[in-house]
Amino acid sequence: MASKVFVITSGKGGVGKTTTTAHLGAALALSGKKVAVIDADIGLRNLDIVLGLENRIVYDLVNVIEGACKLSQALVRDKRVEGLSLLPASQSRTKEAVQPEQMKALCDELREQFDYVLVDSPAGIEGGFRSALAGADSAIVVTTPHVAAVRDADRIIGLVEAAEKGSPQLIINRMDMNLIKKGEMLDQEDVVEILAIRLLGIIPEDSAIVSASNKGEPVVMNGKSLSGEAYRRIARRLEGEDVPFIELSSDSGFFNRLKSMISSN
Amino acid sequence: MAWFFNSKKTSKESAKKRLQLVLMHDRASINPQLLDKLKEELLQVIEKYVEIDTSGMEISLDGDKRTVALVANIPIKGTR
Ligand SMILES: Nc1ncnc2c1ncn2[C@@H]1O[C@H](COP(=O)(O)OP(=O)(O)OP(=O)(O)O)[C@@H](O)[C@H]1O
Ligand SMILES: [Mg+2]
Repeated sequence: MASKVFVITSGKGGVGKTTTTAHLGAALALSGKKVAVIDADIGLRNLDIVLGLENRIVYDLVNVIEGACKLSQALVRDKRVEGLSLLPASQSRTKEAVQPEQMKALCDELREQFDYVLVDSPAGIEGGFRSALAGADSAIVVTTPHVAAVRDADRIIGLVEAAEKGSPQLIINRMDMNLIKKGEMLDQEDVVEILAIRLLGIIPEDSAIVSASNKGEPVVMNGKSLSGEAYRRIARRLEGEDVPFIELSSDSGFFNRLKSMISSN
Repeated sequence: MAWFFNSKKTSKESAKKRLQLVLMHDRASINPQLLDKLKEELLQVIEKYVEIDTSGMEISLDGDKRTVALVANIPIKGTR
């Protein structure tokens, strides 16, 4: 049976778990799937604001778990991206408010109603991560091509395997072609060789990601950005399609700057 | 010109080498100090039985995919 509940995790903080959950969730929904994204970073609610749904929240994950509301009441449906629903984190509680068994029960309930469930894990290897992992069939590990992030990714991969969730799949985020060309950044082959798990996708360093979260609009809604295309391809790979990886471009290079100056005139 | 650029090690090469080494230790939960101690004791045991060439020996962690092995290459001079 193919996995449908994925935990998006990393070990190290700030490498792009929430970004990945938001845009991959939106990409899957835009391709016609029913998708639930869960913010499991209790106390540090982020997924709602990245998706632009922060003003539509009534109930949250902890309310559902404690029985204060029904699951359907807490799910926020995205009006722009059909098929995408968000289960927000509680902002006023702490990670201890959710136990692994409770997360598992919740994911099993969502599994009935959705084609995909993506759980945005908090950073770290403690309780919050354990709970986020509990209900998942398998893990998607996000890293950047930086030494500390790769080392932490390796640790998380070990923990996921020890929890018998199989071998995780890898997304390498914030790839910078200028640095890679100069030999100043690990490239995708290096990272895959080091971590020895399946590569699911690469995401470029892209200002479109920053402006997308500024606006609260998934980057995949903008047909032009390279990161949007990267997320769409990852969605297709999850669906079992064999899609080539994106060609990274060095878009801050002189010629590209010149080119974009000319084309914007 | 290529030799000129190649003569200087790029930072990504250092990153890769350092990561590969540290992950070997992480995965085996063995730190370099522990490995040294292990080497020392291992040699004491082996030396009870055979005479070894300590200058030519090599004991280290080696890895393939996500598994780690303790690899020892210990040249023997003769039996005791
Ligand atoms: N490919 C990218 N290009 C540019 N900026 C990015 C990219 N990926 C992530 N960012 C930025 O990096 C920051 C951290 O990303 P994000 O919040 O997704 O990380 P996280 O792993 O969820 O962090 P935390 O561990 O705190 O939950 C955000 O401001 C995001 O906009
Ligand atoms: Mg996050």
